[in-house]
Amino acid sequence: MNRYIIIGNGTAAVGCIEGIRSNDSEGSIIVISQENHAVYCRPLISYFLEDRTNIEKMNYRASDFYQKSGCTVIYGKTAVKIDTVAKQVFLDDATALPYTKLCVATGSSPFIPNFEGIENVNNKFTFMTIDDAIALKKTITKESKVLIIGAGLIGLKCAEGLHDKAGSITVCDLADRVLSSILDNDCAAIMQKHLEENNISFLLRDTAVKFEKNTAIMKSGKKINFDILVLAVGVKPNTDIIKNASGKIGRGIIVNEFMKTSLTDVYAAGDCTESLDASSESMKIMALMPNAYMQGHTAGVNMGGGNRKLNNMIPMNSIGFFGLHAMTAGSCFGEYIEENNEGYVKRFYINNGYLTGFMLVGKTERAGIYTSLIREKTPISEINFDMLKKVATSAAFSTEIRKKKFGGVI
Amino acid sequence: MKLIYVNEEWCLACHLCEYNCAFANSGVRDMVTALKGKPIFPRIHIEGDEKISFAVSCRHCTDPICVKSCIAGAISKSDGVVRIDREKCVGCLTCVLVCPFGALSPGEDGIMQKCELCIQNSFDEPACVKGCPNKAIVYEEREGNK
Repeated sequence: MNRYIIIGNGTAAVGCIEGIRSNDSEGSIIVISQENHAVYCRPLISYFLEDRTNIEKMNYRASDFYQKSGCTVIYGKTAVKIDTVAKQVFLDDATALPYTKLCVATGSSPFIPNFEGIENVNNKFTFMTIDDAIALKKTITKESKVLIIGAGLIGLKCAEGLHDKAGSITVCDLADRVLSSILDNDCAAIMQKHLEENNISFLLRDTAVKFEKNTAIMKSGKKINFDILVLAVGVKPNTDIIKNASGKIGRGIIVNEFMKTSLTDVYAAGDCTESLDASSESMKIMALMPNAYMQGHTAGVNMGGGNRKLNNMIPMNSIGFFGLHAMTAGSCFGEYIEENNEGYVKRFYINNGYLTGFMLVGKTERAGIYTSLIREKTPISEINFDMLKKVATSAAFSTEIRKKKFGGVI
Repeated sequence: MKLIYVNEEWCLACHLCEYNCAFANSGVRDMVTALKGKPIFPRIHIEGDEKISFAVSCRHCTDPICVKSCIAGAISKSDGVVRIDREKCVGCLTCVLVCPFGALSPGEDGIMQKCELCIQNSFDEPACVKGCPNKAIVYEEREGNK
């Protein structure tokens, strides 16, 4: 009988459990959870801040999920070492757990630069876990002056979540624009304006260099007083356990299309991994929830004896602030075709006859039709792209394709 | 099991399916009270141009990418039906970003909604199919679907 161990208890772990159980209902599954919580929807922590959801609703799976899946969860413990020869995982309390197949789904951790004086800042937070969000919610008052370092997805969702609860919110970032990892200058400017209209202030091309109690001394020389500091500079994949077992890592744990690491019988999935981006055909960290699930599921299927490839993953993001939504997918480099009008911009990146990426702000209906063109590598010549760029619609496909889509079993 | 299929050559783009859907899911008994003078948020919609038109609603995929992608754990599949728990949904639109059919859209409240084959409302078969005057939408078993 197989003994499966999953290190981590997030979305990728759930995918892995469901993948294993699709092939093997017998083997034992042990999940090692650093956090003292059943799996929850991590990206919802900003919605929790603004009371648009609550702890119960944030459960990613029903309360009997582990039991029904035949899993044992070890809470509050960290896996510290893998012995790939004896096939054992060691926990921080020195417990050794034998495995036949192992999945590393350790996620990522906030990256905190070595700011001078940071140790003397009282109310400082990161924004990655439900415990971070609970602590932040307890501390915030209507008078709080909030300084958020980092204008990326995490920093800005935190800003939105705190909007109605704080006195003022300032976000700084060394980059020249907001959401610099997913939006270009023009699209970022639209989003920044919208955020500013909702009373979020920005200091771009600037960041804190040191702290004197509750004052940040900025690179520009500006001094900013705050009551609450949120550190959202970035995240780093948790790769140490594979690195220390001499497994191959880049910026993340390297996995192939079966989600196997370089170590025998060791798989990896989710934000800790680096895998092939089908839109750019390069290795990338694609730390987003849909991919975490799909990677975990693929790993699980294969751990359970299956033989499934996952080779159509691409970076993609759907993110909205105060009612303005942006969506991006694939690789947005080079020349683009643009459609715009009052309130929206759509940019499409076409390379060698294929759609390889898009960036949409303000008009996102049925964007999955665009995403599918990238994932499925549909030649642009087979569709009416002039129609499609204006409106995402299956009318742009041929009758035969549409017949399959809406008349066949999908 | 039975699912909804589209015969686009029969579609007249009359949009009746949209009205029947909005009514069926309104919880109101009288169609006029439910719909008159109000914007409607149906779970099926007509697409197309002057040459062709067709109705789009959830395909209840065998391997639904929306279920795998939902960041709120709000979409699930049971008994062959892909369903959304509107209590859990936060309206992040990730499902819109991944659905290859464009089958999900927000309701009036910004929370997502989708076709659930009229199993949760008072209709015992999909209202869009029942009301289609030209059999352009049908509810039946087809090969490959168990």
